[in-house]
Amino acid sequence: MKNFPENLSATPVKPPPSAGRHHVAIYGALCRNSIIRDMQFKTNFLLWIFVEALWFALQLAFVAVIYSHTDRIATWTRWEVVLLTGASQVIQQSFQALFLNNVVALSEHVRTGRLDFLLLLPVNARFLISLRTIDPGSLFGVFSGLAVMAYACRQMQLVPDWHQIAGFGLLCVFGILIHYSLMFLLASTSFLSVKAQGIVWGYYNLFNIARLPDAAFRGPFRACFTFGIPMLLVSNVPVKYFADKLDSPQEIFWLIGMAVLCFLVSEFGWRRALARYTSASS
Amino acid sequence: MTPLPIFSKYRQVLSIGVQSTLAYRINFLCRSLFALVPLTATILLWRAIYAGAGGDVAGYALEQMISYYLVIAIIDALTAVNEDDWQIVADIRDGRISQFLLKPIDYLGYRLTLYFSGRLVYWLISLLPIGCFVFFYRENLQLPANPTVWSSVVLSVALTALLQFFISFSMALLAFWVLEIDTFIFILFAIEVIAGGHLFPLDILPAAILNALAWTPFPYLLYFPASIFLERTTGTELLLGLGIQIGWTLIAFGVACFVWRRGVRQYEAAGG
Repeated sequence: MKNFPENLSATPVKPPPSAGRHHVAIYGALCRNSIIRDMQFKTNFLLWIFVEALWFALQLAFVAVIYSHTDRIATWTRWEVVLLTGASQVIQQSFQALFLNNVVALSEHVRTGRLDFLLLLPVNARFLISLRTIDPGSLFGVFSGLAVMAYACRQMQLVPDWHQIAGFGLLCVFGILIHYSLMFLLASTSFLSVKAQGIVWGYYNLFNIARLPDAAFRGPFRACFTFGIPMLLVSNVPVKYFADKLDSPQEIFWLIGMAVLCFLVSEFGWRRALARYTSASS
Repeated sequence: MTPLPIFSKYRQVLSIGVQSTLAYRINFLCRSLFALVPLTATILLWRAIYAGAGGDVAGYALEQMISYYLVIAIIDALTAVNEDDWQIVADIRDGRISQFLLKPIDYLGYRLTLYFSGRLVYWLISLLPIGCFVFFYRENLQLPANPTVWSSVVLSVALTALLQFFISFSMALLAFWVLEIDTFIFILFAIEVIAGGHLFPLDILPAAILNALAWTPFPYLLYFPASIFLERTTGTELLLGLGIQIGWTLIAFGVACFVWRRGVRQYEAAGG
């Protein structure tokens, strides 16, 4: 007779991980893979950091040239705009580090039929598609943005309190959420037409608006890019909170509200798109 | 070979190019529509600056500044190299270029014809959005009265297109030697954006920097034809500028031919 363990219930059984821990563990593995992959192409990795630094320098040069001919753009002084440019770099590069490549790759997943495989995995499909890879090179962009912000603070003799720094960080998260949600929503249109990449890259043009001071704009343009496509909230509100320059506390609520709304709309768009998905390869 | 078959050969390429780029018409339309957003933002930003300054800024009246951005938007739509360099890189990477070595067609001529067909389609598609945009700001735009200015503009824009193409072509051919060419293309593009006049008219820079830039090819990729149109470059300065632009176009053509010859020798037909 076969011997069974005396007490089956005493056998240690690993409890199923909670959904949160499960996703954290998967994300850890994805990050590790991305870093290992990037380190295989070291020269290319360094060159991309250089390219990003060059584009950031170019934006700062634009600010320098403009302020060599004027003292103010509406209510914004030179160093306030430099602070805004730095913050905008922090937000955009964070978005790039975490999401950009993944979101852009969505149309490719649809075109090649790889999406079938991703949908079958026992994990939330949007989570996996949005966070599949990270771009560690963009973190240097984040640091360069922070360094420029620190320099601008010194020039302005601005010494932020801890709550200004924490509030800035938190508001940046909502800014990143806006970029991510809108880009994801646009990428979901690739279900309708695989040539939608142009639309996704077109959105990149809108990033440029996020680093411009909001007070320079009035009328329909400002309304459209505040309450329609909220680009003028993304970096302006965090910086205005940081530099104690908010016109009214309502601006914070607008940023948070629009970020949540954009996320909900993108989730709705994603589900609608998935419902129409008929697979490309099979 | 008589000139007629050559003409007919490239006419066929042009027709194929127009047909294949027409497949991307929605893409082009989106691209030209999205490009109007930062353009509007820049114009509004300058309006805010002028409102604060209360007069001319850097020798430009507000109307002239707005005109500058309208004119470069039109020239950019006519001459910008969008997809061509990436397509050339892909041809080399995937080994597709082998077929051109076997066929009686010159690759540079073939790509140049495709570039023209792409620009033609892009320009026709963006005519409506850009046309509406320029019409909206028409009060700021002063057209040159002098026919000599017009002919100089046409010549300079044509040279700009050729210069843009030859530089992009040479750059893309580096894919014969380097696998990851994307970064180099972006570095060149970044320099072109600031030194070519995409962000601001170059003559608001200090004179020493402008004079140094005038000897590089970059201002001739966008700023120079716009400055002729706005009649800010005239007389001997105009003739000298056109001379330099012709010089750079010839040099870029020479470099493109040279890089092509060396590259083909290096070519291993990977994947082909």
